[in-house]
Amino acid sequence: MRLALQIAVRFLRSGKAQTWFIILGIAIGVAVQVFIGSLIIGLQKSLVDKTIGSSSQITIRGDAPIDDYEALLSSLSSERRLEVVSPALDTVGTLYKDTTNTPIKLRGFEFDQSESIYHFADRLVEGRLPEVNEVILGLQFRDGKLLKINDIVEIDIPLVGSFNYTIVGFFDFKVAIINEQWGVTSLASVQTMLGITSITSIEMQIKDNYIFDANLISEDLKPNIGSLNISTWIDDNEELLSGLQGQSLSSIMIQVFVMISVVLGIASVLAIIVMQKSKQIGILKAMGIQNIDASFIFIFEGLILGILGAILGVALGVGLAFAFKEFAVNSDGSPVIPLTLDYGFIVLSMGIAVTASVVASIIPARKSSKLTVIEVIKNG
Amino acid sequence: MDNIMELKNITKTYGTKIKTQVLFGIDLEFKKGSFNSIIGQSGSGKSTLLNILGTLDRPTEGEIIIDSVNTNRMSEKELSTLRNRAMGFIFQFHYLLPEFTALENVLMPYRITKKPVTDEVIQKAQDLLKLVGLEKYQNNLAPNLSGGQQQRVAIARSLMNDPKILLADEPTGNLDSDTTEQIYELLRTINRELGTTFIIITHDRHIAEKADRIIEIKDGRIYLDIMNRL
Repeated sequence: MRLALQIAVRFLRSGKAQTWFIILGIAIGVAVQVFIGSLIIGLQKSLVDKTIGSSSQITIRGDAPIDDYEALLSSLSSERRLEVVSPALDTVGTLYKDTTNTPIKLRGFEFDQSESIYHFADRLVEGRLPEVNEVILGLQFRDGKLLKINDIVEIDIPLVGSFNYTIVGFFDFKVAIINEQWGVTSLASVQTMLGITSITSIEMQIKDNYIFDANLISEDLKPNIGSLNISTWIDDNEELLSGLQGQSLSSIMIQVFVMISVVLGIASVLAIIVMQKSKQIGILKAMGIQNIDASFIFIFEGLILGILGAILGVALGVGLAFAFKEFAVNSDGSPVIPLTLDYGFIVLSMGIAVTASVVASIIPARKSSKLTVIEVIKNG
Repeated sequence: MDNIMELKNITKTYGTKIKTQVLFGIDLEFKKGSFNSIIGQSGSGKSTLLNILGTLDRPTEGEIIIDSVNTNRMSEKELSTLRNRAMGFIFQFHYLLPEFTALENVLMPYRITKKPVTDEVIQKAQDLLKLVGLEKYQNNLAPNLSGGQQQRVAIARSLMNDPKILLADEPTGNLDSDTTEQIYELLRTINRELGTTFIIITHDRHIAEKADRIIEIKDGRIYLDIMNRL
């Protein structure tokens, strides 16, 4: 085995230019794979982020307010595929300020949890997050209704009464209906206002890796929620799902084709090396080398080429990705292409390249074991 | 003297549809420590005979007994081991591994045995290079040696595992006459000092006449088999 390895190394070193060309060939394959893969993972992540990243991905609602929700919350929190579980209490009413009156959807959140979903703090155009009897409003309340921070507004809830709130901030969700209608305050505020201890919904976000398993997760949760209703982002966004799945599939297709070309490249080059080295293989056989050891020379060549190619390829691919991230930026400094470097994926790409190289070397290895000494010395 | 190698009624036919018979019932015996030459014109079947002697090729019919062992029923793997332990080869075109140095080439048959390479083993390889007069060139890569030097390295290499039999196919075929003379002197010295049996194929009668025994092959049959000197 050591002899086979040493011979493999010598063979590769004896044709340095050829060896580097093969390594470069493998490296380019791996680099393309890493770059395209990072690009597609990044695009997907940013698309998911932009579309459903700031909304509830699984929502539980009751036909009536949900009482005794603490036990339900803790059972949901134990589901490891969920990133965040956030209770909410919603009500609708009318907001009055001087002569202005406008409908409002008042939402009460536990900010510790809901921030992970809605990121209000990041979306505030001005002001801060609200405390008891304080509210933050959509940007349209400021720009359209000319309300200001520190204004005290009256919110009237039909059948309940009127309550005074101080405006402490305005947020921009870049979605007109939210900017026009939402008022956000603490869960406790809304509960006090309505004189109840219940909530109207539980909103959840799923961990990145399980985003496409939303329906599976919701099925698993069903036994815990009794008669409550559960819905997922997939129910509401079927077209988005098929778009994202199409992207995943195209990513796999690209990787398969890159790998096929790498395998074919290595196999054909190694086949040529067997031809080039047939004299040496013949003489080794005359000296009594076993077929299996002769085969291992080429397996080792494949392994060495694969490992060096994979390392160089990852360096190239990651370098390219970083270059794009650093230099191809929008005017606000955010990258044009949202690349995501997934280390698991990079290791997988390397693994595939090395495996492919070894598999590709099996054909020439078998060929070498079939080579007879006589053929070689005859053609001497 | 005992026989180191016996051939019994060896025939060799190539091809399946169109059959070409190359060897016709060859019977030969080689004595231990003898120096034999096989001559014949090209196409006479002498190279085929050497390949069969060296277990590089199998006869169509007949038996080959090497050192009292019948090789007919041996597997490819067993034959490889037999070649490695009992036989040395010297070819016309040297066939050194160009990726390795002279010393590494000499060590190669030993390394194929997978036994550990000790200092004594390296010393032995160096001694063999000294025997062929190339101790100064041990770290040269094979292609950096002249034709005659390469052939002498090949001879040193063929002796590495103390073979009982040394098979040589036109060992001086592409060397000039001075070098040819030196190589033959070297082979005879090895034969005398180490007692290795030599079977040498050549088309050069002048060379053949220096052997103990001359066997001439013509049209796949033994045409002449004479003892040259005793």
